[in-house]
Amino acid sequence: MTNSTYLEAGRRAVIEEMERDPSVWALGEDLGRGGVFGQYKGLQDMFGAGRIADTPISEACIMGAAVGAAMTGTRPIVEMRFSDFALCAIDELVNQAAKARFMFGGQMRVPLVVREPVGMWRSSAAQHSQSLESWYTHIPGLVVVAPATPADNLGLLKSAIRCDDPVVYMEHKNLWALEGELPEGEHIVPLGKADIAREGRDATLVTWSGMRQGCLKAAETLSAEGIEAEVIDLRTLWPWDRDTVMASVEKTGRLVVVHEAVAVSGFGAEIAASVAEALHFRLKAPVARLGAPRIPIAYAPTMEDEARVSPQRIVAAVRKTVQPAEVS
Amino acid sequence: MKEDPGLRRDNFDRERFLERLALMHRIRAFEEEAIAGQKEGLVLGAIHPSIGQEAVAAGVCGNLETADLMLSTHRGHGHTLAKGADALAMMRELFGREGGTCGGKGGSMHIADFGVGMLGANGVVGANIPIATGAAHALKLQGSRQIVTCIFGDGAVNRGPFMEGLNWARVFDLPVLFVCEDNNFSATTRTRDMTGGAGAGARAESLGIDTAEVDGNDLIAVDAAARVAIEAVRAGQGPRFLTCHTYRMTGHTSVDPAAYRPAQEVEEWRGNDPIARLEVALRMAGIEEAQLTDLHRTEAAAMADIARTARETDWPEAVGAFTDVQDVGDPRERAY
Ligand SMILES: Cc1ncc(C[n+]2csc(CCOP(=O)(O)OP(=O)(O)O)c2C)c(N)n1
Ligand SMILES: [Mg+2]
Repeated sequence: MTNSTYLEAGRRAVIEEMERDPSVWALGEDLGRGGVFGQYKGLQDMFGAGRIADTPISEACIMGAAVGAAMTGTRPIVEMRFSDFALCAIDELVNQAAKARFMFGGQMRVPLVVREPVGMWRSSAAQHSQSLESWYTHIPGLVVVAPATPADNLGLLKSAIRCDDPVVYMEHKNLWALEGELPEGEHIVPLGKADIAREGRDATLVTWSGMRQGCLKAAETLSAEGIEAEVIDLRTLWPWDRDTVMASVEKTGRLVVVHEAVAVSGFGAEIAASVAEALHFRLKAPVARLGAPRIPIAYAPTMEDEARVSPQRIVAAVRKTVQPAEVS
Repeated sequence: MKEDPGLRRDNFDRERFLERLALMHRIRAFEEEAIAGQKEGLVLGAIHPSIGQEAVAAGVCGNLETADLMLSTHRGHGHTLAKGADALAMMRELFGREGGTCGGKGGSMHIADFGVGMLGANGVVGANIPIATGAAHALKLQGSRQIVTCIFGDGAVNRGPFMEGLNWARVFDLPVLFVCEDNNFSATTRTRDMTGGAGAGARAESLGIDTAEVDGNDLIAVDAAARVAIEAVRAGQGPRFLTCHTYRMTGHTSVDPAAYRPAQEVEEWRGNDPIARLEVALRMAGIEEAQLTDLHRTEAAAMADIARTARETDWPEAVGAFTDVQDVGDPRERAY
């Protein structure tokens, strides 16, 4: 085991996969100097300017070029800097990358990974803070991944790079400095498998990305009160690990879904609905979902916090499902 | 009809141009069958015929090797046939039948045949410019001698990806030939009215890309210009840009009466038919009328057979709606 940050784990994944497979390369703005967060630090020295390619500020072309390059025998890692900027390349991702294999009758695949950092971080305000993962889960053809720990950022990014499908890979900016243990040697985390971050018998918390931490904190508080919450980190949002979630809710009879994204049409709605459809008669309380209110994310902390799902809110939501208010 | 004294040169390559003439007839016959098929309800979705523009397809793609890559547009039947795709598979695709180029999943606007280096038409105007650029980027990384040709319409030059793709190709010195097939119209709008400055070529020049402009209805001129540009690209000189001026003889789609175009303008262009012009050149070079007639008949008859076979082909199995989507999260396992 070695200790590593979430950021360094992602960097290690890229290095290992580029060493393993010469067709892997990365393209994006400022990569030659390590990328905007340092995720690519030193990589151009290791792999050359051809494979760690600095590009113009042309998001549509970064994504579009990656589609063409993926069709032509390479495996590009597309760096979008902030998930907010990936919106400049939505046609290239949604109409081109996600559709090409199907539209062309399976003649080829588009093996690319789009790294697009998400989430609230250091008063970044409305255009540098969003979590738009639910948009991508809606698109047939895409795999959607949102790692929450250093070990998962290593193992999932490696799986994403090896995947033959276009993968939207959303790292959380607030997790860059998070430290954790990394296994020695090859560490692969399969796509589509959730992680039971904490076991518990009373309620199931389903979460991902930055909210894993908040859920674990809330679970500790609840444990002190005698409520044992099971925390499931989905890790992959499409395909999400339905079996693990259903098994947990069958056991606990209670579900609270927690995510940083706006609650309305958030991916939590999909999970809540799926569980309600499948396990209606096993549920001991109505399913609950926590997400941001439908407001743009503000700059000043007093207002920014209004968009945050705090551990206190999670605790309150779990308490409410465990001890439902009497119907008067 | 223009007469080019150059045509009388002794080195006029008759075989080459007879082959191109056959190709142009094949393209036209394909689209005439497709339009007829649409009237009968055999072609299911929209088609954008390129009748009148065949010299661009034949002149440009005729200079490519099979291993070279080519990306096209919604108006791509001609480019695709010229790159070597199978006409029967294409007709089946238009009819939505089994054995179509894309198994019936794409239709006219999404025809691709990776086996002959045809990396796809595209339903999104301009979208293939960055994709072609990326394909060229990959070829350069791989040290390949293949090149990419990206054909798009005059309307595409007003989309952002045009600028992003051309700039990128120049910055990375990529092996890509951009071809603007300028038929003067973007759907029902005259492109000139919506375009600032001098247009496509000038924009490419401003990004440092060498540009040529050619009469796109003159197969011999397109062929010569494309050959020069393709040689330069293959020699590692970076991207080139070629504008071909042409005109579509049909509406934007096969059901568009194109009432927005003055009748006189259409008539003038009718007299500038690229097939008729090449026939004039071949007659001047000593080809017998009978041979020309024969060549036309052969291609038309072959295409009629193809259309007949296509209409007799079965529909694809419905289960295909769930295949070729993705491996991880395969909808055959779970689509909800
Ligand atoms: C991004 C986008 N906007 C609009 C359309 C609708 N559309 C299809 S073809 C076309 C005109 C394109 O003109 P041009 O690029 O000159 O090609 P042409 O049809 O003349 O071959 C338009 C507006 C589209 N397919 N994609
Ligand atoms: Mg046009």
